[in-house]
Amino acid sequence: MSNAASITEGRDIKLTATSILNAVFEHGVKVALAPLLGILAFLMIWSLAAQNINTSLGQFPGPTDVWQQFGSLYNEHKAERAKATAFYERQEKRNAARVAKDPTYVPKIRAYTGKETYFDQIVTSLITVMSGFILAALVAIPLGIAVGLNSALRSGFNPIIQIFKPVSPLAWLPLVTMVVSAVYVSNDPLVAKSFLNSMITVTLCCLWPMLINTSVGVASLDKDLVNVSRVLRLPALKHVQKIVLPASVPMIFTGMRLSLGVAWMVLIAAEMLSQNPGLGKFVWDEFQNGSSNSLARIMAAVITIGFIGFLLDRGMLALQRFASWDKDSAAA
Amino acid sequence: MTPILDISHIDMVFPTPKGPFTALKNVDLKISKGEFVSLIGHSGCGKSTVLNIVAGLYQATTGGVVLHGKEVKEPGPERAVVFQNHSLLPWLTAYQNVELAVKQVFGKTKTKSETKEWIEHNLKLVHMDHAMHKRPDEISGGMKQRVGIARALAMQPDILLMDEPFGALDALTRAHMQDSLMEIQNELKNTVIMITHDVDEAVLLSDRIVMMTNGPAATIGEILEINLERPRDRLALAEDSDYTHLRSEVLRFLYEKQRKVENLASVKKSKAKKRNDKNQHHAA
Ligand SMILES: Nc1ncnc2c1ncn2[C@@H]1O[C@H](COP(=O)(O)OP(=O)(O)OP(=O)(O)O)[C@@H](O)[C@H]1O
Ligand SMILES: [Mg+2]
Repeated sequence: MSNAASITEGRDIKLTATSILNAVFEHGVKVALAPLLGILAFLMIWSLAAQNINTSLGQFPGPTDVWQQFGSLYNEHKAERAKATAFYERQEKRNAARVAKDPTYVPKIRAYTGKETYFDQIVTSLITVMSGFILAALVAIPLGIAVGLNSALRSGFNPIIQIFKPVSPLAWLPLVTMVVSAVYVSNDPLVAKSFLNSMITVTLCCLWPMLINTSVGVASLDKDLVNVSRVLRLPALKHVQKIVLPASVPMIFTGMRLSLGVAWMVLIAAEMLSQNPGLGKFVWDEFQNGSSNSLARIMAAVITIGFIGFLLDRGMLALQRFASWDKDSAAA
Repeated sequence: MTPILDISHIDMVFPTPKGPFTALKNVDLKISKGEFVSLIGHSGCGKSTVLNIVAGLYQATTGGVVLHGKEVKEPGPERAVVFQNHSLLPWLTAYQNVELAVKQVFGKTKTKSETKEWIEHNLKLVHMDHAMHKRPDEISGGMKQRVGIARALAMQPDILLMDEPFGALDALTRAHMQDSLMEIQNELKNTVIMITHDVDEAVLLSDRIVMMTNGPAATIGEILEINLERPRDRLALAEDSDYTHLRSEVLRFLYEKQRKVENLASVKKSKAKKRNDKNQHHAA
């Protein structure tokens, strides 16, 4: 009797063990194996297709060509940095020698003016997109709260939002460029004009999704929560701070994530169009350059752009998970 | 006893797209200090409207509400409200939800440690001290309602207004909550207006049951005094003849004098018709 029981028990344990294994396996397939297979399939189709496409710049680059270009872009970057260090060393030595000869000599320090490397361009683009994004957030979120709270303001703003929302920010680019060069005149500019142009373009495209989502979040505030605030007689400022703002945080983040995604796409296009420093300019320069490596280098840039866009989105998501009380709305 | 709350000849007319809609007509009620009054009536008759007018969330079209000799013009913490769906701020813990109210009401008069003590005292009162640092999405419906009650009690209101506080809870949890509420009431002797759909709940908890006629132009139909001795015990009362009698009085009012059968039937019919229309649309 007791033997039989222990046998069935043993089988049960085995059963659960296999089912656990199955579950782990299934999970593993979903989490690691499936994406890996997807990437492999993509690489295969890519290299097959590449072999059959001939352009005026030679065969379309396959995965290996692009990989090599990543390597050479990195080497170029290192070489450029080595040149810069060498330049500063030489300058320091020269200055030291002159000071030794003539103690009254005030050494001149010149900055190294080398070519911007691929990695410099990435950093430039990242700084531009983040500055434009933050500037937009500083304008759009307070404005969105005001618009969401006040229905008269909402009716006033609505036509403006509706008309400017569908405009591609690139259409603004010529206007922005002209206005910046007319208004931003200084002998010792804090930041380059080209940076301002790109940044303002990014700001213009980030503005609308954040403004709309914030105001919708604020306007759709649960009526019961408003009543709680009224019963407590919270003063206006406290009402916004304690009730309105936290309640709309999920929607604000949704708007921020949307705009950052769009901003990154728009920035690359703006840099290509206006030859402003950044990844977009890199792509354009390679295209104009037209060497046998150009296509592979552009493809490398395309992959980089995609990867950075993905990381930006994940970063926003992580920030949302950290800052928002509503974990459901922060699901991928 | 002199009344502390005087609901005086209230009419409520809502402007609607189809023209003005008279929800309440000549509602008149006086409530004494420490009294527990239930409002009962069929759905849509205007119970919440009465409560919202007392709370100051709505303004009566004619007539008015006087509390402690002062006319009610706006909402305020001396008329604390417990809402049907708890209305806790989802981003704050139970403690912080009560804290928001306590700081707003007693921010200037209580010291830091007194504030903390008072918050914890009120959470203990509703048996929520074990989970006071949990957020609303981490606790059950009954627990949320407990926190909502603690928040209202913590304001030390002159009158406590509850709109179907246990309406969304299952029967067992509801019984627990009713017992808790009686226990608290025994200790604090608050003045309470509570809306309910539940006849047993009304008889068990109240000193008076105010029964409302069906809308539109709803008004107070009858008022039933519940003179059952306190403390009340639900098991003992179940066999009590007075209790059974009072209970059937309320049932008679609701289901004989204020029948809603034809209304319900017509609602069902029109809904079914709508559904058919939709289906036909889909088919086409
Ligand atoms: N803001 C409003 N505008 C127009 N009509 C309203 C408004 N609020 C309530 N009403 C109407 O007034 C009547 C009474 O509503 P009320 O919410 O007070 O009913 P109730 O008795 O609380 O119902 P329930 O038991 O379902 O909660 C209903 O016919 C409702 O449609
Ligand atoms: Mg109601």
